[in-house]
Amino acid sequence: MNSIEVKNLTKKFGNFTAVDKVSFNVKQGEIFGFLGANGAGKSTTIRMLCGILEPTFGDALVGGFSVMKKPDKVKQNIGYMSQKFSLYNDLTVEENIEFFAGVYGIENHLLEKRKSWVLKIANLSGKEKLLTGSLPGGIKQRLALGTAVIHQPKIVFLDEPTSGVDPISRRNFWELINNLSADGTTVLVTTHYLEEAEYCNNIILIDAGKIIAEGSSKELKTNYLSNDILEIECEPVIDALEILEKEDFVEETSIFGNNIHINVNKNFKSINQIKTVLSYKHSIDIKRIDKIAPTLEDVFIHLLESKKK
Amino acid sequence: MIPRTKAIALKELKQLLRDKRFLFVLIFFPVFYLGLFGYAVNFDVHHIKLAVYDQDRSEESRSFINSMLASQYFDLTIYITNDSEVREILNDKDAQIVMVIPVDFSEKLFRKENAKVQFLVDGVDGNTAIIISNYVNGAAQNYNGKFQPEILAQVGAASYLPIELETRFWFNPSLESTKFFVPGLIAMILIVTAIVSVSLSLVREKERGTIEQINVSSINIIELLVGKSLPYVIIALIDAAFILIVGYLLFDVVVQGNLLLLFFCTLIFIFASTSIGVFVSVVADTQQVAFSMAIFISLLPSVILSGFVFPIESMPWIIQILTNVTPAKFFIRILRAIILRGVGVQAFWDQLIYLTLFIFFFLGLAAIVSKRKEKTT
Repeated sequence: MNSIEVKNLTKKFGNFTAVDKVSFNVKQGEIFGFLGANGAGKSTTIRMLCGILEPTFGDALVGGFSVMKKPDKVKQNIGYMSQKFSLYNDLTVEENIEFFAGVYGIENHLLEKRKSWVLKIANLSGKEKLLTGSLPGGIKQRLALGTAVIHQPKIVFLDEPTSGVDPISRRNFWELINNLSADGTTVLVTTHYLEEAEYCNNIILIDAGKIIAEGSSKELKTNYLSNDILEIECEPVIDALEILEKEDFVEETSIFGNNIHINVNKNFKSINQIKTVLSYKHSIDIKRIDKIAPTLEDVFIHLLESKKK
Repeated sequence: MIPRTKAIALKELKQLLRDKRFLFVLIFFPVFYLGLFGYAVNFDVHHIKLAVYDQDRSEESRSFINSMLASQYFDLTIYITNDSEVREILNDKDAQIVMVIPVDFSEKLFRKENAKVQFLVDGVDGNTAIIISNYVNGAAQNYNGKFQPEILAQVGAASYLPIELETRFWFNPSLESTKFFVPGLIAMILIVTAIVSVSLSLVREKERGTIEQINVSSINIIELLVGKSLPYVIIALIDAAFILIVGYLLFDVVVQGNLLLLFFCTLIFIFASTSIGVFVSVVADTQQVAFSMAIFISLLPSVILSGFVFPIESMPWIIQILTNVTPAKFFIRILRAIILRGVGVQAFWDQLIYLTLFIFFFLGLAAIVSKRKEKTT
């Protein structure tokens, strides 16, 4: 069963098309990743799906309600959390929870139960009276998620929820997302951390308002990338990168930490080609060359690069 | 509708109570302003410094001087003994007025001739100079009035004045300017408080992104606006009550009319001001811009164009049209009617309609602008 169905959703701001005929489906209970660079149209799409921004044309059914015709019904059935963690820093933890409970119309007899549920999610039980502004970023973000889903919606939109949060908090946060999904909540999450995309059941990649790839992380790696990826560890990295970029057997290059990933085409015959170029011609010290399984990042670099060409 | 509005209003109130400085400003500034305006902006002229150069030194000249001093408007500060001092005293501002009684003053009075008395008035502040000269005229006439019957009696005639003026000032019998200012002050303080606080509190949510979170809940715009403004409406009402109490304690301003009617009209005015605050919050995207806009829109027109200080009737017609930009103009009329004249709603119902129009106009304008902004950003 699909909990979100998007058909030709389009948003224009004047002459600028921010989202261009985007269509996709999200199944119930799925974690759906929405990837793309800043300004690719992720947030605009999410805002339309939440019913706070009217589409220019096209439509989407969210929880069975049209965002075009019934935005208010949509709002009643979703939770939303943005990258800004919309909490009030000058209110205490408890006051924030009570405020959102009030705004989402939680009835009084449910309030105490939901409040302790949110406190548990945020790991803040017993710390209700703390000022929200004094909490560390990771905790604040969990509290923000808790308040955003205090009405236990079937569908949750998270717009770059982990931006600006340390890696450990990010991992803990993804555990929360997994728990929500396990309980049957549909989660649509945007991110530009590609390693986070691996947690998603399905992913779409959006660029300049258009979907350029979709599928599970495995599908993306096999369907969109036919070339081999080689990882080279060498010294100095930057020089090697510049040299390799000019070779005709190299399709794309990118740096991963101290390593170089190259995407090789049909002109590539053997690893010796690389050794010749780097060690013999330019005396670069090669420590290791391995053929590796592509990461999502390799796939996206490939997709974005080939689109440019 | 009610629970969600309550949630918003409660949250706003908690934030407000936590922000002690802002709360202090909201509650005590109005009273501070009232004190400041009440004492500083005062067009009444008392205790005018009078220097006397009595060249005659007779019983008559002294009696004339005493009749001047009896009015309490004048304080005799210097007794001049030679010509050169006259200029010096005016130059140094030791006196605002110098009275010169010539040597032949009493002699001329005896001979029933016109005795001339010279008054030299410091004319730098034209307004005060005119008031002083009016007082001098009054004092002289007073003296003449006492003197005339005596003289006429000596020749066996009765004094006769064809027209005797009997002027009474209603509503403000002693013509104190503070009585006239207090209603204007209430309007000014309320409009500034309402516009600034409402626009800032809305723009703050926009700036911090919290408005987004509220937007995705199924709360509607009316619930949001009512909830957000309610605490400030209450604060504004408290301010109004404060000003009335302080106005009574310090300046003897007593509300002549119906208090309930006053409350109701004040509420409408606060809603009109709040709707301007909402409009500002839609146009401005940062608190800084909102604050500047709010101050510009609220303070200047409510002081200059509202009739608070300068009477609208004496403005050029084009400025008179411009005075309609501020709801304070209409509210001040209502306030003066209720507080000073003690009249009922039949005397100013039209002003209430204008105030209501402000609410619809600015909320409508805010709706249009926010729709347009949504399309482009």
